[in-house]
Amino acid sequence: MDMLTIIQVLDSTIRLSTPLLLACLAGLFSERAGIFDIGLEGKMLAAAFFSAAVAALSGSVWLGLLAGTAASLALAALHGLASITFRGNQLISGVAINFLAAGMTVLIAQDWFKQGGRTPSLLTDGRFRGIEFPFAIGPSEAEAAGRPLSELIAQANFVQQIYSELISGHSILVYAAFLAVPLTWWILFRTRFGLRLRAVGENPAAVDTAGVSVIALRYSAVAICGVLCGIAGAYLATALQAGFVKDMTAGRGFIALAALIFAKWRPWHALYACLLFGFLQAVALRYQNIHIGNFVIPVQVMDALPYILTVVILAGFVGKAIPPRAGGEPYVKER
Amino acid sequence: MQVMPKWADVVLIPVISLLLAALLSALVIIGIGEDPIAAVGLMVQGALGSTYGWGYTLYYATNFMFTGLAVSVAFHARLFNIGGEGQAMLGGLGVALVCVYLPWPHWSVALIAAGLAAAVFGAAWAAIPAYLQARRGSHIVITTIMFNFIAAAVLNYVLVNLLRPKGSMDPASQRFPETVHLPSFQEMFSTADTVLFRGAPANVTFFVAILACVLVWLLIWRTRLGYEIRAYGHSETGALYAGISPFRITMIAMLISGGLAGLMAINNVMGEAERLVLNATEGAGFIGIAVALMGRSHPFGVFLAAILFGFLYQGGAELALWTTIPRELIVVIQALVILFTGALDNMVRIPLERIFLRLRKRAG
Repeated sequence: MDMLTIIQVLDSTIRLSTPLLLACLAGLFSERAGIFDIGLEGKMLAAAFFSAAVAALSGSVWLGLLAGTAASLALAALHGLASITFRGNQLISGVAINFLAAGMTVLIAQDWFKQGGRTPSLLTDGRFRGIEFPFAIGPSEAEAAGRPLSELIAQANFVQQIYSELISGHSILVYAAFLAVPLTWWILFRTRFGLRLRAVGENPAAVDTAGVSVIALRYSAVAICGVLCGIAGAYLATALQAGFVKDMTAGRGFIALAALIFAKWRPWHALYACLLFGFLQAVALRYQNIHIGNFVIPVQVMDALPYILTVVILAGFVGKAIPPRAGGEPYVKER
Repeated sequence: MQVMPKWADVVLIPVISLLLAALLSALVIIGIGEDPIAAVGLMVQGALGSTYGWGYTLYYATNFMFTGLAVSVAFHARLFNIGGEGQAMLGGLGVALVCVYLPWPHWSVALIAAGLAAAVFGAAWAAIPAYLQARRGSHIVITTIMFNFIAAAVLNYVLVNLLRPKGSMDPASQRFPETVHLPSFQEMFSTADTVLFRGAPANVTFFVAILACVLVWLLIWRTRLGYEIRAYGHSETGALYAGISPFRITMIAMLISGGLAGLMAINNVMGEAERLVLNATEGAGFIGIAVALMGRSHPFGVFLAAILFGFLYQGGAELALWTTIPRELIVVIQALVILFTGALDNMVRIPLERIFLRLRKRAG
């Protein structure tokens, strides 16, 4: 395995980590405010469909992003209605949202495009394209030289390879996702809103006594969750791939949930967890079975590893994962 | 405080929730440019209009009874078992091992052995999340979700690398021998001159599912263990004071739940496919959640809800066959049922309670 291969696997790690990271931060906001959300998957799926559909119809990827975010926000509002206003079971609401998205996306896709539950493939304007950094070797250099991009990169030196392949050339949403990590940390731990948001997930009665609206805080947390899931879904359908296909989230919402627990509900650790799980996906995508000497790791182990690791963490064998104390509990103002 | 009479709680609220779900489903059908009344007509015709249709409806209903009961038993102990899907997959593995590797003289003996294996495998898959919940405080919802994915990977590995016959490309086990073939409704009910249930997959397992409903009812409402499970579900601290061990109840409730989910495999793996294929469960584990919620975790309610979902499943397949409405309509209906009977329960309950309070005041 040469250096370039490693760089390529890491590059694909970044691409595959991005949707996990966005969804994971989405869950972080919601769960820190005391609203469990197992509907990340459904919100991402709805956003993936509507972003791809609107991008295909309008030819503008930005309109697509907007539509995807709106769809995800609508589902988040439903989750808020069920779990905050009507004090229903947040887990059941999340399950319902996942199924609602899985069914509705195919139903509407079939109605709009008649292509068996998918959107048409997106052309260049319908997709987020990679941003080429200055001095990086990208598609424009390859065109100018009249040679394939992979050849140019293979001949470049090591630093240039890392810069061009790993750092440059991602879509804007990738950079946004990585910037969202310090931003989330800053909001949660350095602003008044963040303090209140965390407090409402630990002890809503205290927040209420202080005269701050528990309901408004929880709704805003759920809305932030909706926006981030929307971006995650739009990234899947308009940047990572070119269009929507049925069930394209493929369990990413649950891997993000796993990463959230793995990170013990902390932003920076969420980044590390998502990079780790993205790396596992990248390796599983590139290699089928991994041979180490006489020992073979089957690809299914790589598929299952994020979930196994999460169970191990949950079991408390590697430090205890303690969720926000008021998580999953609807807040009842008067007794 | 008991504001409402019992019948309102048991019948009225589910019926109103169901009507709301049906109304929204109709709007969805209108939204995609189809006629909901014609669609319902087609579904009724396709699912209930012939013994063939009934044969499919009852086949699906059998699956949903097992998974619905599984979710219900866990619900009584206030445990949310989302892992029915994975437990049913593992149950299928148990059935396949028993049917492929052991010789059986007669289907009835094989059914008992395969049922036991399915239940044991399903229960084993539920045991780990149960233990982690009871001893380590890991949230059972998250662990059972994770175990669904792990089960899918395990099954994928076993089918591709171990159970697949040599030379076959298909990730599936070999066909089960003829001796373990379960009698289908066609073989059981057809007479010399009329063939009933022709080609439909409903089989003798349907009666096993009904037996399971009765046994679960006996367990929950007529035994000491069932009382302990319900007591624990109502109040953990209360149960603790009464000397009920939370560890024991969590483990037992989840083992029974996982066993019931696993049992589904004798219907879909042994009765229908007669070999183990990838994704044999087809989401039945999740439908169990909707069935349990709609059936109010009561075996009789689960029985009715399972038949309703069997009808929806078969009717949905017919719709997809004759109209442009995709099968996913059923997933939407399922989501709406879970939403209204589960998460938005209070949306119906609170206004109803107000109405009953007002009526009572007027009467008093």
